[in-house]
Amino acid sequence: MNIGITLIGQMLSFALFVWLTMKYVWPPLMSAMEERRKRVAEGLAAAERGKLELDIAQKKATDELRKARESGAEFRGIAEKQAAQIVDEARQEATRIIAQARTAAEKEAAVAVQRAKEELRERVVQLSVAGAERILRREIDAKKHIELLSDLKQELR
Amino acid sequence: MATESLTPTQYIVHHLTNFTVGDGIKAVNVDTLFFSFILGVAFLTVLILAARRATAGVPGPLQNFAEIMVEFVDKQVKDIFHGRNPVIAPLALTIFCWVFLWNAMDVVPVDLFPQAWQQIYGATGHDPHHAYLRVVPSTDLNATFGLSLSVFLLIIFYSFKVKGLRGFAKEIFTHPFGPYLMPANLILNIVELIAKPVSLALRLFGNMYAGEMIFILIALLYGAGWLLGPFAGVLQLGWAIFHLLVITLQAFIFMVLTIVYLSMAHEDSH
Repeated sequence: MNIGITLIGQMLSFALFVWLTMKYVWPPLMSAMEERRKRVAEGLAAAERGKLELDIAQKKATDELRKARESGAEFRGIAEKQAAQIVDEARQEATRIIAQARTAAEKEAAVAVQRAKEELRERVVQLSVAGAERILRREIDAKKHIELLSDLKQELR
Repeated sequence: MATESLTPTQYIVHHLTNFTVGDGIKAVNVDTLFFSFILGVAFLTVLILAARRATAGVPGPLQNFAEIMVEFVDKQVKDIFHGRNPVIAPLALTIFCWVFLWNAMDVVPVDLFPQAWQQIYGATGHDPHHAYLRVVPSTDLNATFGLSLSVFLLIIFYSFKVKGLRGFAKEIFTHPFGPYLMPANLILNIVELIAKPVSLALRLFGNMYAGEMIFILIALLYGAGWLLGPFAGVLQLGWAIFHLLVITLQAFIFMVLTIVYLSMAHEDSH
């Protein structure tokens, strides 16, 4: 056993190795691990946040959908009502127009009837006068009996 | 296997003698220095390579390995030591890796390197019978004491640095029996302080020396004839497997005790 220079040499190389480990091994590995730990933590947090946001968005979407459905139903109700109203109005208008037309036609018809009656009466008077003339050719003086004839005309009216 | 010309005693002694250059106080155990330095360079090369390529992204297998080591040591340090010190954790990592590799040399077949060395030594014109080689640095007290004395120096250094001269003196003179039993305190504390490096070094040395000795004895058994020869193979395998446990455990113990001693040096009173 010769303790001496070997021991000192061992201590020196130990010091060298510790120094190298301290300088070139420990810090890079520790910082890499710390950095990774941070990254993983960030990733997990981001995932959590994403999940939360997804939840919110889903809720929002459902809400939006429900709202849209509601407003759609509302619009349809209004539209239906409006359509019914329009149809109703149209029907009323039609009824009115029909009634108007009928009155006009009736009026016209009445006028026509009146006119026909006039004509007929005129005709009847002429025919009666002509007949009477033919019968009473000689006996009736048109000028003498004009009064009588117009009376007759009046009566036929 | 024993060379024909050697008796078992000579074989054992041959294996447990260092390759030494120089005489007396100037003697240097070249094999211890060489193997421990190579092993230190080996683990540092791997770790520095891993650290150079370290990314915060997906780590490769090398980085995974390095991170497992670093995290393992870091956990031990954080469990034991609660102060702030940038030296202790890298120191512990160095001790663990280095001591583990020293000890791991124990499971290399006992004759592999010595036989090769004998060939080289003989080929370069020296007497092959003097080609001593001890490949396990932890079976050399120089190596184990080299480590533990470094730790001892750090204990002293941090005791002064953290507690100051007065604080450290107060601790040495007044603990654990109070100021009226100053001499007793002093003796007790000095013994305690010196016991730390001595126990560290001797524990590692003793375990590894004994392990190496048993490997040598098993190797001798190979030459003991047809009956005992095959038995030696079983024994060697069993002892090697068991020894893997011892190797790791001793490296771990050395590391943990170093952390404990250094953390004690940081505490105001223990």
